[in-house]
Amino acid sequence: MINLHGTVKSYLIGFLLSIILSLIAYNLVLTHPISNISLIALIIIIAFVQLFVQLIFFIHLGQDSPPKWHLIFFISTFCAILAIVVGSIWIMSHLNYNMTPKQMNQYIKDQSGI
Amino acid sequence: MKEEVNDRTFFGFWVYLMTDLLMFGGLFAAFAVLRTNSFGGVTEKDIYNLPYVLLESVLLLTSSFTAGLAILSSTKGNVKAVIGLLFATFLLGVSFLGMELYEFSNLFKEGHTFQKSAFLSSYFTLVGTHGVHILVGLIWMIILFIYILKRGLTKSALRKLTLFSLFWHFLDIVWIFIFTIVYLMGVSL
Repeated sequence: MINLHGTVKSYLIGFLLSIILSLIAYNLVLTHPISNISLIALIIIIAFVQLFVQLIFFIHLGQDSPPKWHLIFFISTFCAILAIVVGSIWIMSHLNYNMTPKQMNQYIKDQSGI
Repeated sequence: MKEEVNDRTFFGFWVYLMTDLLMFGGLFAAFAVLRTNSFGGVTEKDIYNLPYVLLESVLLLTSSFTAGLAILSSTKGNVKAVIGLLFATFLLGVSFLGMELYEFSNLFKEGHTFQKSAFLSSYFTLVGTHGVHILVGLIWMIILFIYILKRGLTKSALRKLTLFSLFWHFLDIVWIFIFTIVYLMGVSL
């Protein structure tokens, strides 16, 4: 949990790491050295690293004494968000795949034996 | 006893922040699903200006840093440093919001409005909601200025300052994901 006992050093490390990681992700996208899928996976991983940098160095999450309710509540929220986002993308991409008019037409044709 | 009240206030605010994150999660999901549905209009690659967005990003990251430093100086009872750092945070926040509004107004001028396509609707809703939070944070900072200048660094001022910086760090985290998932991914997809 954010506390009043942080140090200038921890804030400075967090700040520099965030800036450096942002610039790395930015340069990766500009230079585009690897294939699309791995590039996207990589910049998402970098974003998550930045999330943890912020949580550790700025918010000091999980560094208070137990029971660590803040940390527990954060993890459960994190899982809920993951379910919402990944679930939505997964369901909608499959809907698009399964419900395109072309395939529906084919299906209707097959069913009626034209 | 007082310590316990403080703890409860922080936890209550933390719960608010988590529900706020859930809302942003929903908006991110909507954007991820709708991002390619440009309805024959502009696509992501047409409207994003990466160097401009990178500058926005750096401004917000720096403001989060100065907000953290303000907390540190507040524990040392250094009113001048707190006001100065808070003012720096405020200026960085204002420049960020100004840049975002300029970006939006340019899009509006070219006719790329909310109503044009599902992509633009979800884009403006996601980035705009973050912008509204920044605006709330800026108003909160003005109130903090007045409070600290009038009453000094009392215990309750410290608490308000800490809650504010927690809010500000969170907006920073949400922005990191907007920067990555909306802008960087939009250009490379």
